[in-house]
Amino acid sequence: MTDIAENSTTGSGRLTDDSSLHRSWAKLKRNRAALVGGVLIVIYVLSALTAPLLFSGNPSAPNLINSLEPPSMKDPLGTDELGRSILGRIIYGSRISLVIAVGVVFVGMICGIPLGLISGYYGGKIDFLIQRATDAMLAFPGFLLALALVAVLGVGVKNTVISIGISMIPMYIRLVRGCVLAIREEVYVEAARAVGTRDAIILLRHILPNVMVPITVQTSLSMGTAILFAAGLGFLGIGVQPPTPEWGAMLGSARSYLFHAPHVATFPGIAIFLAVLSFNLLGDGLRDALDPRFKL
Amino acid sequence: MLNYIIKRLFSTVPVLIGISLLLFFMLRMLPGDPAQVLAGQMATPEEIENIRQQLGLDRPIYEQYAAYLIRLARLDLGRSARTQNPVTQEIWARLPNTLLLAVVAITLACLFGIPAGIISAVRPYSWIDYLVTTSALFGMSMPVFWLGLMLVVVFAVILKWLPAGGTGSWQHVILPSITLAAFVVAFIARMTRSTMLETLSQDFTTTARSKGLQERVVVIKHAFKNAMIPIITVVGLQFGLLLGGAVLTETVFAWPGLGRLIVDSILARDYPVIQGAILIFGLLYIMVNLVVDLIYALVDPRIRYD
Repeated sequence: MTDIAENSTTGSGRLTDDSSLHRSWAKLKRNRAALVGGVLIVIYVLSALTAPLLFSGNPSAPNLINSLEPPSMKDPLGTDELGRSILGRIIYGSRISLVIAVGVVFVGMICGIPLGLISGYYGGKIDFLIQRATDAMLAFPGFLLALALVAVLGVGVKNTVISIGISMIPMYIRLVRGCVLAIREEVYVEAARAVGTRDAIILLRHILPNVMVPITVQTSLSMGTAILFAAGLGFLGIGVQPPTPEWGAMLGSARSYLFHAPHVATFPGIAIFLAVLSFNLLGDGLRDALDPRFKL
Repeated sequence: MLNYIIKRLFSTVPVLIGISLLLFFMLRMLPGDPAQVLAGQMATPEEIENIRQQLGLDRPIYEQYAAYLIRLARLDLGRSARTQNPVTQEIWARLPNTLLLAVVAITLACLFGIPAGIISAVRPYSWIDYLVTTSALFGMSMPVFWLGLMLVVVFAVILKWLPAGGTGSWQHVILPSITLAAFVVAFIARMTRSTMLETLSQDFTTTARSKGLQERVVVIKHAFKNAMIPIITVVGLQFGLLLGGAVLTETVFAWPGLGRLIVDSILARDYPVIQGAILIFGLLYIMVNLVVDLIYALVDPRIRYD
C-alpha cells in the first residue's frame, strides 16, 4: 500500500480552482500509465455493472460433470472444482470486489476525515486523544487489524467492509490532520476566524477543499488496497463466503487443485492483480497531476 | 544512547495501553455472551459459569481491565480454547518460524530493492528505470498469496525443484521467503529511487562531481549515504506489512508460524490465542520501529540521542 500520509505535512491545492483543475486534467491525460489505469477501471466497473449481460446463468450453480475442465471454447477460462465457469465467477466477482472497495473507502473516509479535521484544527487534548488512539491502531499492520476485527465481527461481505474500513481510518486521520496543521495557519483561515465564522464552516468551507487533493489520491490507492485485503480475507476463508463468487475465496478453494488443475488458481489471481494495478496506476497518475510534491 | 533507549521504551507505554485496550474490548465486542462463545456450543451452564468466573466477566469492566493488565504484565495470556495449552507456549513454538521467514524476506527485499532503486535513480527515464518502476508497480499490485500459488505451480508442480510447502530444510524456506520478499521489495525500490533522485540533485553531489570524483563514489559515498534515513524508515515500516503478508504466505505454504496460528485460531474462534498472537505482532512492530530509530544514529552521525 502506498501511504502518502507521511508526506503530506503541507497543505495542497484546491480541486475547486478551475484553471488548476484544467492543468491537472491535461497532465493526467498525458500520463499514459494513468490512462491505462483509467481504462482498466472503466472495464472493471462496466463488467461489474453488466455482469448478467456478459454471463448468462448462475455463476454459483454447480455442474459436477464439468468439474476442473481446462480452458476451452465453451469455457474460455475453464471450470472450477464444482464445474462452474471461472470466467462467469470472475465477472460476477468484480461486483463483490467493487462493492467492498467502495464500502471500505466510504467507512475509512466517513470516520477518518472528520476525526483528522478535528484533531488538526483544535489541537490540544482532543488531538492528543485522537492521535494516541490512532497510534494504537497503527501499531497493527493494516491487514492484521482487519483480521482481528473480522475475528470478532464474523465473516461475510458487510463485516469484511467494516473490518477493512476500520483498518483504513487511522491512515485518513493522519493524512487529513497533517494537511490541516499547515492550512489552519493560512491567512484566509485566520481571516475567516477574525470575522467570526463558525468553526464548522471554516472546517467545511475553507479547510476541507484544501485537503481534497491528498484525499483523492489516497482514495484511489486505498481502493486497490481494499481489493487486496478483501481478497486476502476471502483466501483465508474468513472473508466473503462460498458460494458467493469472490476472487480471493476462489483462489482459496483452488489451492487444493494446484497439482491437477493450475488454471483454477491462475485466472482469479490475474483479475485481482489487474484491478489493484488499475487503481495504483490511476492513483500514481493523480498524484503526479494534482500535486507532484507527493511523488514517491 | 542508553537514556534515549529507556525514554523511547517508556514512550511506547501509551501505545501498549492502547493496544491492550483494543484487544481487551475486542473480546467484549463479541456478539452475545463471551463466556458462551469461549465455552463453545456444547458447553453446559456450569462450564459457562466457570469460564465467566475464570475470566472475571462477572466483575465490573474496569476491574476486568485491571486484571487483564496484571495478567499481561506477568506474561500470562491465558489458555488456548482449542488445545488448553498456555497461549505463550503456543506462540513461542511458532514465533521463531515467522521471524526466520520475515528476516530472510526483508534481507532479500533489501538486497534486490535497494540496488534496483539506486540503478533506477542513476539512469532516470532509461529502459532500466522503466523496468524497475514498472516491476515495482506490478509487485505492489500483486496479491502475495497468488504469487505464492504461482511459484508453487512453477517450481514445485512443473519443475519439481522445490517443495510445495512445510518445513524441515533450507529448501522449504526459499519459496515462502521469495513470496514474502516480493511483497515489500517494490516499496523499497520505489522509496530508494525517489530518495536517491532527490539526493543526486543536491548541491553536495554537484560539488563531489566537480571535485572530479568517480561517479560510483559520488553515488555510493555521497548520495546513498544521505538517502539512507528514509530508506531505513521504509524498511522498518515494511516490516509491518511483512507481518500481515506472513499470515497469507504461511497459509499458502503450510508454514507453521504465528500467522498460520492466527488464521487457525480465527477459524476455531480461539479468542485467547488470537488476542495473544496479535499482541505479539503489535509488540514486534513497535520494537522494529525502536530499532529503526536507533539505526538512524548509527548511519547518520548528525543524529545524536544523548
